[in-house]
Amino acid sequence: MFEILGVPSQALFGQLLLGLINGSFYALLSLGLAVIFGMLNIINFTHGAQYMMGAFVAFMLLQYLGINYWAALVIVPIIVGALGAVIERLFLKPIQRLDHLYGLILTFGLALIIEGLFRNYYGSTGQPYAIPDELQGGHNLGFMFLPNYRAWVIVFSLVICFATWFAIERTRLGSYLRAATENPTLVRAFGINVPRMVTLTYGFGVGLAALAGVMAAPIYNVSPQMGSDIIIVVFAVVVIGGMGSIMGAILTGFALGIVEGLTKVFFPEASNTVIFAIMIVVLLVRPAGLFGRSA
Amino acid sequence: MAIMTAAPAQWLRREADTSIIVAATIMVVFLIVAPFVLYPVFLEKALCFALFACAFNLLIGYVGLVSFGHALYFGWAGYLSAYAAKSWGLDPEFAVLTGTVTAAVLGVIAGGVAIRRQGIYFAMITLALAQMMYLVALRAKFTGGEDGIQAVPRGHLFGIFDLRNEMTMYAFVVVVVLAAFFLIYRIINSPFGEVLKAIRENELRAISLGYRTDRYKLVAFALSATLAGLAGAVKALVFQLASLTDVHWTMSGEVVLMTLVGGLGTIFGPIVGAFLIVALENYLAPLGQWVLVIQGAIFVACVLAFRRGIVGELASRLRVKL
Repeated sequence: MFEILGVPSQALFGQLLLGLINGSFYALLSLGLAVIFGMLNIINFTHGAQYMMGAFVAFMLLQYLGINYWAALVIVPIIVGALGAVIERLFLKPIQRLDHLYGLILTFGLALIIEGLFRNYYGSTGQPYAIPDELQGGHNLGFMFLPNYRAWVIVFSLVICFATWFAIERTRLGSYLRAATENPTLVRAFGINVPRMVTLTYGFGVGLAALAGVMAAPIYNVSPQMGSDIIIVVFAVVVIGGMGSIMGAILTGFALGIVEGLTKVFFPEASNTVIFAIMIVVLLVRPAGLFGRSA
Repeated sequence: MAIMTAAPAQWLRREADTSIIVAATIMVVFLIVAPFVLYPVFLEKALCFALFACAFNLLIGYVGLVSFGHALYFGWAGYLSAYAAKSWGLDPEFAVLTGTVTAAVLGVIAGGVAIRRQGIYFAMITLALAQMMYLVALRAKFTGGEDGIQAVPRGHLFGIFDLRNEMTMYAFVVVVVLAAFFLIYRIINSPFGEVLKAIRENELRAISLGYRTDRYKLVAFALSATLAGLAGAVKALVFQLASLTDVHWTMSGEVVLMTLVGGLGTIFGPIVGAFLIVALENYLAPLGQWVLVIQGAIFVACVLAFRRGIVGELASRLRVKL
């Protein structure tokens, strides 16, 4: 072990790793928010609750049905995403023509309902979720100890983020989506079922949040308030990055996670406020956000 | 902007003014009779929230700005008011003033940052700033962390009136809240208020008419924060407590709920909404976490089916301004 700037390498890289992990969740969540915002023009306040649901459904599948982590990784986003699609049809569709603020208030209300229900049945203490056997243990890299599960989370989130970017920016379906974002009426005139696309987009964004939840389950405890804790930070991330660009959301998410990790090493007191402080600075210097087009 | 307001046509103006006088009279009579029928502490709490909601409504209802972080001003004013009364031993009027000025300063700073972005971003920024200050309150020494500032002395108002007497306290709260309410009413109906409404309806047009809309928005934001702070500062004295509950994001959500239930952009709506929600929470307190679920359900129901709120609905049925 050696020291960097007076900090043991183990601590520095450990926090950097944790920062990257948080960063992958920020990236996945802000990506989902950006996709949903692009299509539905609402900020999905329920996103945090849906992330929490992802973790809880994975926990419940394991607890009650014995379905393991790997299967949960596939099943949970589908279940929670489908619930999201139902929410879109029942609640968001009727208000799509109203002012933005109603979408925000409505999804806030839904978040309260979901969090309240889970608190009711599971209390506010966390439930443990074991790391899958295949990813137990870790490797000693010399300058730090790398737990396998954490390495997996970072790699897998990167893969998912770039797959999403590719799907939206480089495929035919993605080009429909982008076109419908720009001008839904025209795209409809070409015979594309835009309302169904809106529902599926919402379901997809929610599925991403649920996937992040499944990955988070073995790292943090599975608790009802895990969603509201993270969603406000993700909002700040979204303000910093701007929601105009998919790649922007991914990069900002990871970068801010790293910054947060480094702050934990050098100024521990400021570690949970640093992202908000960066948001203020960005707003003062570049009000449209780092990747945003000015409104 | 598709914000539902119950603004009547111009020709209704004369009757509208009568309706407001009638409603205000009913309110004052209610406030005089109420402490003999209901618990004064309950009324004091509801009044503090009523003022909080009115302050919030000034922004959402009349400028069209959605702040999702108003707990910041409410809660921090409470902390400073409680700290001033307890640790500095200030009289209640100066303690409340300390809290209110704190909220004003925070409002100018946060408002200055938040108005740099519009619409949905504005809501997210205000929420993020409030969360930041929540975390600061959680860690700062003087706030007492999880315990909050407890056993705050109510003291003697102007060195004369003993606020430990519940009726005296009630009278103090009523006077403060009614005065602030009257101030808000005057702001809304002033030339300044007209400009705010113009910004709500069409900001670009207001700019093209030569108004510096950013300045108007900032002043409105600061006023709203200051009055929210006044409510929080008084509440800290009423309950002799300043705690994390009042700076938490759920409190920011609660004030949205009160205003929405009562009626966005109506004059009396936030008051009705606040009384209703405070009563509901008192009644439902034994249900624990279900309160969260019920609050959420009210949000959803209001947005889907009841966007005018109680007072807004009433006003449009009676075709008057309330």
